[in-house]
Order: sequence, then structure tokens, then C-alpha cells
Amino acid sequence: MASIVSCRAVCKIFESQRGSVPALQNVNLEIPAGEFVTVVGASGCGKSTLLRLIAGLESVTSGEIEAAGARVLGPGAERAMVFQNYSLYPWLTVMDNIKFPRQLSIHNRNSTSSDVEAASGRADALLQLMGLSSVETAFPAQLSGGMQQRVAIARALMTRPRILLMDEPFGALDAQTREVMHDLILHVCALENCSVVFVTHDVEEAIYLGHRVVLMAPQPGRVECIYDVPLGTIRGQEMKHTREFLNLKGQILARIRETCGVRTDLELLQKLSRV
Amino acid sequence: MSASRGWVIRGWISPVSYWTLASAGLVIPLAGWLLVSSFGAINPVFLPGPLAVAHRVGVWLSDGDLFSDIRISFFRVLAGWALSAVIAMPLGLLIGTFRRAQALLEPLTDFIRYMPAVAFIPLVMLWVGIDESAKVAIIFIGTFFQMVLMVAEDVRRVPMAQIEAAQTMGATRAEVIEKVIIPSAKPALLDTLRITMGWAWTYLVVAELVAANSGLGYAIVKAQRFLQTDKIFAGIILIGVIGLAMDQFFRWAHRAAFPWLHGRN
Repeated sequence: MASIVSCRAVCKIFESQRGSVPALQNVNLEIPAGEFVTVVGASGCGKSTLLRLIAGLESVTSGEIEAAGARVLGPGAERAMVFQNYSLYPWLTVMDNIKFPRQLSIHNRNSTSSDVEAASGRADALLQLMGLSSVETAFPAQLSGGMQQRVAIARALMTRPRILLMDEPFGALDAQTREVMHDLILHVCALENCSVVFVTHDVEEAIYLGHRVVLMAPQPGRVECIYDVPLGTIRGQEMKHTREFLNLKGQILARIRETCGVRTDLELLQKLSRV
Repeated sequence: MSASRGWVIRGWISPVSYWTLASAGLVIPLAGWLLVSSFGAINPVFLPGPLAVAHRVGVWLSDGDLFSDIRISFFRVLAGWALSAVIAMPLGLLIGTFRRAQALLEPLTDFIRYMPAVAFIPLVMLWVGIDESAKVAIIFIGTFFQMVLMVAEDVRRVPMAQIEAAQTMGATRAEVIEKVIIPSAKPALLDTLRITMGWAWTYLVVAELVAANSGLGYAIVKAQRFLQTDKIFAGIILIGVIGLAMDQFFRWAHRAAFPWLHGRN
């Protein structure tokens, strides 16, 4: 199958007043259409930077990224992004947030009345699918964190993006809400048939959601290895207790520890406790 | 524990205790003033009593000058402030949105805003003349440069995630400004307008130093010449009352315009 996202020899160097900081070095990644890819790694490994490069919010220093058949030169509507927080428009109601893309010229070119009708139907469907019908007219500040993220996802899906980019979207939610969101996002993405690149620091989340887990390592940011998740496409919470799941989780966590640069030095610890 | 309940850091107090304290905060100084002045311990030339000041307001009113003084001062403040807002809003939007505009304009603005508005009076008289526009110009100079920087800061405070979300939905640059940055900054901008309106009033006396023959600021300056301390007090208090009323109006407008900020959570 053709790749919907290809990163070829991608390097990213951030220039600052104190000098240049290499964030990503020679990243190669192919993501086939319809795949749900999760990206994990120690902090500073450049996983968010990679996502922002695919989104077109940052530009590559060298190398090339292709998404949905075209070279990425800037942000585009076929690559919708869901942020960790603060991305909803607090002056708009839940429904108006979801319909926000309809205000943009790119989604209104040559639109007929039946298009408008279809869009309004889609907004209603997304509202229902995300369990937001009861808060349609509420403002974001009146919603819980989990509800707010559901609105953000619904809004991102409104334009039928080919690729959904998610930057730790559930990072600020409590564990129970997060589990509910996991099943919801799997269900919705399967329905919408869109490809997902999902960045997280939570390995369990990465395995549960991903068809593949990309492990990145810091200094310089790079793809360390890629794991196939042996769980099939239909996921359920009980899978988290299977041996395959726990094995893979242990393996990935061990690898992250190896790459994070922090060693447990017994001698040093003893020295510390003496002083 | 219970003894310190009223002093919990950022604690809550009931509306009743709020209003009680707020009135006490106004009434106690007034009572103190009344007390000190009625004992006759202080020469009324230095400190006229509140009754004398109230009487002076009455005389001012019956002379027929009070309302025209308020009206002309109001016009000058409003004109200088509105002119400044009309130019500062787009300029601040540019500075807060584009780094190039910021580099070009912000250091210059920062430099000018430290210059005292009073010192511009001779220049204003030279350039603008001595009619109404001179008074408006002084208020403009006192308000504008601060306002530009505050507007720029309001615009810069729009969360990046709001902007980037719109970009990944396909918004053009103009659409990001029109549909995200401006609506997102609006509440902060209205606050900036409220605060700078207060500053504009503080420049009134300075502005009416320039060949004025009417206005609250002019009345204060003239009263000084005749040592009419009660009229000075009356003028200052009137400006304070008008300012307080304007402030309350802006706060009410804020609640009316941005219900999503003031709703229950």
C-alpha cells in the first residue's frame, strides 16, 4: 500500500541565540494509509517536533516530508492536528467550535446548498458520536478536560482530514477518562478511515492504540526502533493484561530507559546518602 | 483557624461583606476628613471640609459652568483617547502578530513612551496651535504610546495552540487574524481600553494648561490661582467620580460582550 506520510532523511536544527540545537537527525518513517502509528520516547527525543514537521507548523532543516501525495511546505487542511490543550475557541459554543472549519474559505469553495446541508449533518453526527449532544450550546470553559478534548477531536475531524496528528491529546486527563477516550478514538478513526500519528509519553497508551509503535531516542532525536503491535485491529481493555501486551510494554520501557541517558549508579547513590 | 478565616489567601467573601467593606473604604476617609476639618484644627485654605466642597459644587452648578466644563473635558478626553485607540489597535495588532513589525516599531514606541507628555506642550502649541486640537493632541500623546504596547501584548497573549489549530484546519493568514487572533484578544483589548481611558483622564489637567478657558482641568488650574482650595477639591473629586463611572461602564460592557468569560463554571 502507498504511504500516506513519508519522512525521508529528515533533520531539524533549532537555531537559538545560544547556538544550534539538533532536534532530529536523519529520521526515516513510512506510514501506510489507514495506519494508526504511535510515537513514544524519553523527553527531548523530538517526537513532538516530528509531529509538528508533518503538520507543517515547523519546516525541516534538511530532508523531505511527503503527506497525502504532496510535499509538506506548510500547514494544510488534510493534516488536522489535535493539541494537548488550549486549542478550543473559548468564545464559541461547542457546536460553533466544531463548525469552525466551515468559516474558512478553503472549505467553502464551490460549495452548493447541499454541501452546506451535508456539513451541518456531519457536525451533528460528530457531536453525537463524541457524546456531546447534551453540551451543544455550552462554552468550552464550562466543560471538563475530557469533554474539551472530545470537542477538539470532533473539530479536527469536521474537514475529513486524511491524516490526524495528535500531540499528547490525553496527557492532561485522568486515567479513567483516558481509557474512555482511547476506545472512542479507536472507534472514530476506524469509522472515518483516517490515518493517525499519535505522540504520547505513555507506553501503555501507545501500545493499546497503535498498529505500530515508533520508539524515538534523544540526543540527537532519532527513530530508535519500530515495534509491530501483535494485537489485531479490534482492541479491548482486557488486552492490557495479556502476555503479549505486557511483554511489549516491558521491552519498550527497558529500551526507553536505556536511551534516556539517566543511569542508576549505585556507587554514586551511596555517596550521596553519605553526605 | 476561625480567626484567620477572613484572611485566607485569595479566599472568598460574601457579596454582603464585599459591599460592606467597599462602602467602609469610602465612608471612613470621608468621615475622617469631616472630623478633621470641622474641629477647625486645620486652616480651610489647606484643607476645606467636605461640606465646603459640596457647597462649592453647588455654586459651580448654579453658575451654569459645571455641565459645560464637564462636557468639554469629556469631549477632549474622549477624542484624544478614541483617536489613540483607532491608530493603536491596528498598529498593536501588527506588532503583536508579525515579528518584523515588532522589530521595526516596538523599540521606537518604548523610547517615546518614557517622554513626559507635559514636555510636549510647547511643541504641540508650535505644531498644532492652541485650539481644541492642541488639548486633544496632549491627551493623545499621553495615551497612545502606552496603548500600542498594551494592545501588542494583548495580541501576543493569544495562545499559540488556538492559532496553530486554525492553520491545520486550512485557515489562511488573513483568516487566522480575523477569526482567531482578534476574537481571542477582544476581552483583553476592552480591558486595555478601560485602563487607558483612566490614563487619558489623568492627562486632562495637563492638556487644559494649554490656553484653555473651560473644562474641569482648567477650573482646577484657575482655582489654584485664586487659592480656592475647595474648588480644587471639587474638580479633583468630580474627575474621580466620572472616572469611576466610566470604569464601571466598561466592566458592565465586558460582562455583556463576553458572556463566555463570566459564565458559571
